[in-house]
Amino acid sequence: MENKNVINIKNLVKRFPIGRDYFTALQNVDLKLTEGEFIGLVGPSGSGKTTLLNIIGGLDSATKGSVSVLGNSMDNTSHNERAIIRRQYMGFIFQSYNLLPVYSVFENVELPLILNNIEKSEREKKVSQAIEWVGLSDKKNSKPADMSGGECQRTAIARAIVHEPALLLADEPTANLDAKNSHNIMKILSKLNSEISTSFVFATHDEKIMGYLRRIIHLEDGKIINDEKISKPKSS
Amino acid sequence: MLFNIAIKNLFGAKLRTSLNVFVTSISFFLVIFVSGMYDGMREYAKNITIETEVAGGTYWHPEYDSMDPRTFENSHSIIPNQIKKLIDQKYAFGVLVSQASIYPNGRIMPVVMKGITPNQTIVNMPTNVLNQHNDITIPVLIGSGMAKNANLKIGDSFTIRWLDTDRTYDADEGTIVHIMETENFKLDLGHIWIPLSKAQSMLAMKDQATYVTYSKNLEVIKDIEDWIHHDVDYMIRDMEALIKADEPGAQVMYSILLALAAMGIFNAQVLSIFRRGKEIGTLMALGMTRARVVTLFTLEGGLNALLSSVITLIIFGPVLFYFGRDGIPLPMDYTEMGMLVAKRLIPVYSFSLIVSTTILISIIVLIVSYIPSRKITKMKPTDALRGKAAV
Repeated sequence: MENKNVINIKNLVKRFPIGRDYFTALQNVDLKLTEGEFIGLVGPSGSGKTTLLNIIGGLDSATKGSVSVLGNSMDNTSHNERAIIRRQYMGFIFQSYNLLPVYSVFENVELPLILNNIEKSEREKKVSQAIEWVGLSDKKNSKPADMSGGECQRTAIARAIVHEPALLLADEPTANLDAKNSHNIMKILSKLNSEISTSFVFATHDEKIMGYLRRIIHLEDGKIINDEKISKPKSS
Repeated sequence: MLFNIAIKNLFGAKLRTSLNVFVTSISFFLVIFVSGMYDGMREYAKNITIETEVAGGTYWHPEYDSMDPRTFENSHSIIPNQIKKLIDQKYAFGVLVSQASIYPNGRIMPVVMKGITPNQTIVNMPTNVLNQHNDITIPVLIGSGMAKNANLKIGDSFTIRWLDTDRTYDADEGTIVHIMETENFKLDLGHIWIPLSKAQSMLAMKDQATYVTYSKNLEVIKDIEDWIHHDVDYMIRDMEALIKADEPGAQVMYSILLALAAMGIFNAQVLSIFRRGKEIGTLMALGMTRARVVTLFTLEGGLNALLSSVITLIIFGPVLFYFGRDGIPLPMDYTEMGMLVAKRLIPVYSFSLIVSTTILISIIVLIVSYIPSRKITKMKPTDALRGKAAV
């Protein structure tokens, strides 16, 4: 059976105005991603990987070309429509975790479910499960300020996957972590990828995590220069 | 949903909430307190006039005009019967007004000489001190301002010269029996008070008076011959006119106070919201719509205002109550400057002042919560996530 198309990008161009001029961050990018993929957008700083991730997530819009995510065209959609798509179908992991500092681990993880109007009893069940997935059951009442970087990122992962999104976007998820924590995080993510049908897209230039990826898309100067399938990733 | 998140944000961020609530509470307190003082000052001027001068109202001789000393010579007659009955029942007292000159310490001073019933208890004046001075030719009561101006003290004697009803000048010796402390300069400056019977005999105006002041809560008498009834409203009309004339000034002062409070609240609230730019970006990335983010932060502002009013009540309520009861001592005596200002200023917190201040400050908090959060949500989520929000 053919896998469902999750991302379909055609001829994507993204330009940023700089004074009277433009900086082209992405040029004629074509990309397809199917359900359950575990891919990395890899390249040096300024290669356009975060920009591409943001456009896929609807946090930014394309200058030209078409972007379709889970069958929803992201072109000409309003902010509200994109917010709803993100809320229902996407999870985000950020480099600096972006946890809400006044919330506990439990409350941070619960937030996407609250936004999706999930009943309280179901919320509690799903949050406990997500926290257990990332191994933070004993820290569920801790605040981000009381936790290590690895624990904060695990909380961010739990928050990103708690509503079982179809697509998870991670922007440099291991950039602020040491090697041990980076491997732990990647193990958790690849395990989740095999257990749930979520597709994962990473923007990274961290060599440590590349071994876990099953497909690596190399970007340079806003162009895809190589699309590489990995036959034997670390997780397998 | 948003309400629960707002509650969680408010009580979760203890330091941030404490600072915002404290700034808002201080603003509440200062606006209410200073406006209360101002209102208290104006209210006091009215009350002191009623307590020391007007009581329930007055009946005037038709010729009498308190603002025109030239009318004093002719403004006296036998008190109408119905009014006299009130005096006999001690519900009223008469005052006989005339012009006179006194000669304290070799100087000449024109004064208004008023004969008053010493036993009256209707207005707050120590007139009973005029009683039982058989050894003194004319016992005189004056205010402390007059005493200071004329350099007089208790026991000092001076010549009083007056024009009697037969247009004959006469003179005799008056002696200060008491110097009263009054905050009503109209009873003090340029006035000497003597017993009514003495004034009547000096002026050859037996059983006559210029006006009669009656107790509060008495019905107005209709049968008063040609005398004229003036109620409290009439008697304090000049005070009311002053207060009314001062109304724009009071409003300007209230607006300035409110603007200062608004600046404090704006500073605290805007700073707090712009510091949360990344949080707003995260909420947007998690799928919260712009409208919901703005509503959330405005709701937080509303809850902040509500919490602040409760905190104001708890922390500053007793302070407001204390000053409302005991007043604040003023460093100088304003009566000498011809101002009806109490020696202790007692703030008056009217219901409308408290309600309008609460509403206005709440609106300010809502606005300063709404505007910056709206500005941040107008940004691209990617910029908000990077914490690029700036004032």
